Amino acid sequence: MAREKPAALQIETFADHHVITQPNPLRKVLRRVAEKDLDDPVARAEKALADLSGEFTNWMTIESDRLAAAHAAILKDGFTSVTREELFRAAHDIKGDAATFGFPSAGAAADSLCRIIEHAPNLAKVPAPLIAHHINAIQAIVRERTRLDTVSTANELSRQLRGIADEYLKHANRNRPEHLEAILAPSIVPGD
Amino acid sequence: MYRIDFNKLRFLICDDNPHMRRILRTLLHSFGAREVYESEDGATALEMYTHYVPDIVITDWSMPIFDGLELSQMIRQPESKGNPYAPIIMLTGHSEKRRVTVARDAGVTEFLAKPISAKGLYQRILNVVGNPRPFIKTKTYFGPDRRRNTSTAYIGPERRIGGEMEVMQQPSLLDKARTPI
Repeated sequence: MAREKPAALQIETFADHHVITQPNPLRKVLRRVAEKDLDDPVARAEKALADLSGEFTNWMTIESDRLAAAHAAILKDGFTSVTREELFRAAHDIKGDAATFGFPSAGAAADSLCRIIEHAPNLAKVPAPLIAHHINAIQAIVRERTRLDTVSTANELSRQLRGIADEYLKHANRNRPEHLEAILAPSIVPGD
Repeated sequence: MYRIDFNKLRFLICDDNPHMRRILRTLLHSFGAREVYESEDGATALEMYTHYVPDIVITDWSMPIFDGLELSQMIRQPESKGNPYAPIIMLTGHSEKRRVTVARDAGVTEFLAKPISAKGLYQRILNVVGNPRPFIKTKTYFGPDRRRNTSTAYIGPERRIGGEMEVMQQPSLLDKARTPI
């Protein structure tokens, strides 16, 4: 571990910036191995993740219930900073986790819901069924996953929800170009 | 071919979702890491960062109290007593261009979009260990060089002033290791 005193920094000074080069404190952890080295840490990690996968359905149910509870709070109290935040967090977690847990369609529907929450000019004016359909779809996808004929239905459901949500957002943001650009922009995150 | 001795690395992971923390811990342990510290919010993570002095930070963006972006900004304080140079990998469900740019400008070293994969995480860690970038300090920014490569096709004003040598490259350890002695 890089616990010892850090090596001296090299600092190059320019007119409006400094370039600071730190001798790499982590270089010791890099080691050369033979090309035929059979140890594959990625394969090992994938196996460990597969071993953990027995928990995933239960975890997804917990996440889905949390989303439903956040929605129930909005139906009761309306959109406040607290209820909005919790709905967004719950949807955002599902967006990030669902594919790992084996529910990619739920993740896609949650992504669509996150976009509504982030980009609708006034959440109180978003048609209530649009949000409710997203919540219900995610719950249905999680609940019905064990049925073999539900995968294509789930994909189609998520795709249609995204289409409807995008149409709404494009219309609602027609006079807000910065949001319109964000809504239409593709992801630029590099893949694996 | 190069491998990382994960058992010599100390990690701090910060995510408010317990399931994601469990997945991250599982992946890091199976890579070989022994020391993995966890926090569920940015404030606790900052305390743990100071206390445990991790080699690599992996943080979510959206979290209560203060988020992963604020955590990154607080770590990247050049005058701080702690280590402002630790690699920060932001693991997040946000993947829009605007978000990636904001994270980069907060001093994040690598960006990894969820859903997480073992391969994606391993490659980000290998990159921060084997290919560290120099740090740039300006009036408004302190963090890893945001220019990952030099574009000969770039047309526009030079935004860094000070002569031809605008960027000092830190030699890649991988390249260095390949060079015959």
